[in-house]
Amino acid sequence: MSVLDANAAVTGDACVCDADLNAAPLASPIDTLDPRTRLLAAAAFALVVVGVNAPAALVLALGLAAGLGAAARLSLTGTLRKLAALDGFMVMALITLPFTVPGEAWLSVAGLPASWQGVERAAVILLKGNAVVLAILALVGTMEPVVLGRAMARLGAPEKLVHLYAFTIRYLDVLQREYARLRTAMKARAFSLRADRHTWRSVGWLFGMLMVRSIERAERIMAAMRCRGFDGRLWSLQDDGGFRRTDGVFALASTAGLALLVVVGSL
Amino acid sequence: MTAPLFRLQGICFAYEPGRPVLRDAGFRLDAGERVALVGPNGAGKTTLFHIMVGLLHPSAGVVEAFGTVRRAEKDFREVRARAGILFQDSDDQLFCPTVLEDVAFGPLNLGKSPAEAAGIAKATLESLGLGGFGSRITHKLSGGQKRLVALATVLAMQPDVLLLDEPTNALDAETEERLTGILAALPQAMVIIAHDERFLARLSTRSVRLDGGYLTEATARLS
Ligand SMILES: Nc1ncnc2c1ncn2[C@@H]1O[C@H](COP(=O)(O)OP(=O)(O)OP(=O)(O)O)[C@@H](O)[C@H]1O
Ligand SMILES: [Mg+2]
Repeated sequence: MSVLDANAAVTGDACVCDADLNAAPLASPIDTLDPRTRLLAAAAFALVVVGVNAPAALVLALGLAAGLGAAARLSLTGTLRKLAALDGFMVMALITLPFTVPGEAWLSVAGLPASWQGVERAAVILLKGNAVVLAILALVGTMEPVVLGRAMARLGAPEKLVHLYAFTIRYLDVLQREYARLRTAMKARAFSLRADRHTWRSVGWLFGMLMVRSIERAERIMAAMRCRGFDGRLWSLQDDGGFRRTDGVFALASTAGLALLVVVGSL
Repeated sequence: MTAPLFRLQGICFAYEPGRPVLRDAGFRLDAGERVALVGPNGAGKTTLFHIMVGLLHPSAGVVEAFGTVRRAEKDFREVRARAGILFQDSDDQLFCPTVLEDVAFGPLNLGKSPAEAAGIAKATLESLGLGGFGSRITHKLSGGQKRLVALATVLAMQPDVLLLDEPTNALDAETEERLTGILAALPQAMVIIAHDERFLARLSTRSVRLDGGYLTEATARLS
């Protein structure tokens, strides 16, 4: 064992058998599914929910999504917080709907009539948004970004797109640190934001420098990858396996659930 | 006499016209050698490495590697598989999310199966005393840890030649000592760029000096 890092003894040794990076100790039922199944199911769910307009069907959809969330063992508070952020944003946009959709008057604010139809329209949109986001959080949000990239690739997404995604994940943090480093370098020499020429010019240099450094780093990374035999294809260390029985069962259940949604929606 | 692993003749190179970095540089590496490449900052040592593996192309001169003259990008593919280069900045080298995946990246590119590649990666990490690091996140390692993992990514390709650009930078004294032992025990020919003369004196069989664009044999002992 190395003396390099005291943590390694604690955190590292337990996972020496890490060829199977998927095998988290607390794998939820959703985690046992093939990532492609999860992606496809999330896409199908989103498509159906967007197409359905009956409030009853959408309440059912929200229920199904909540069921998925439970199966994925999403943390309740974390999920509610994310949904609340989304709703806060949507409410701002939807608040005008009751006043703009014509129909049966519900109440009037400062002489402007609000309609029941408008309220219903807003509720439908809110329900759709929450159901879709909750399902995506459960099915896709619980996936490692790397796994998601690979699943996209295996579903036939363009290789360039997948690489772009993978490298964004990896280097977002490097960029952020590069930015932080430049900012620190500026602060260390008593720079503060003011409304003068010097500030604008310095901020301009900051972003210009960030851009130049990013491009140069990208070139150096590409060079290093070529030195290790990279020829445009990313191989996976994990045996991605294939669809299994559970995937079939899940696919059947999802199809049934979505069919139910469509039926309830057209009643 | 067998063909040298590398033979560079009359290499000229400039990033910007009028500011040559290399002028008429010649270099030869034979099997079993451990050559120290020294010279002041900005002399062009890193540049020379990049020319050797075809990341940069000289404006004049011949690069011969493993007995064949190499010119085009595709000639250098094989060179890069057989000559492993450790980059000066580890952050350029490590790009996979986890250490194990990064070390396995090269072997996978060389056509190994995922199981084989994982095996090689683990063994390599083990040999560098990084046994427990496989699942660590690469960009969250310390500078010295990144250095050793970057070395592991190179060694995992089992190259015939090692080009090490300042392998000991960011290492503490104890780790540097261990690395010296590991490198001394490796059978591969290697070229080592370093500014630490004591380190080079212990490891190298001969040393060459790059200064003012020229490469000269430094026959005198380093220290
Ligand atoms: N991408 C580049 N564009 C333009 N000039 C460059 C570039 N990279 C390096 N140079 C210049 O080429 C010269 C040689 O650089 P090189 O990195 O090879 O030096 P080095 O010997 O490795 O130095 P050090 O010991 O500091 O690592 C330097 O003068 C440097 O300014
Ligand atoms: Mg250098």
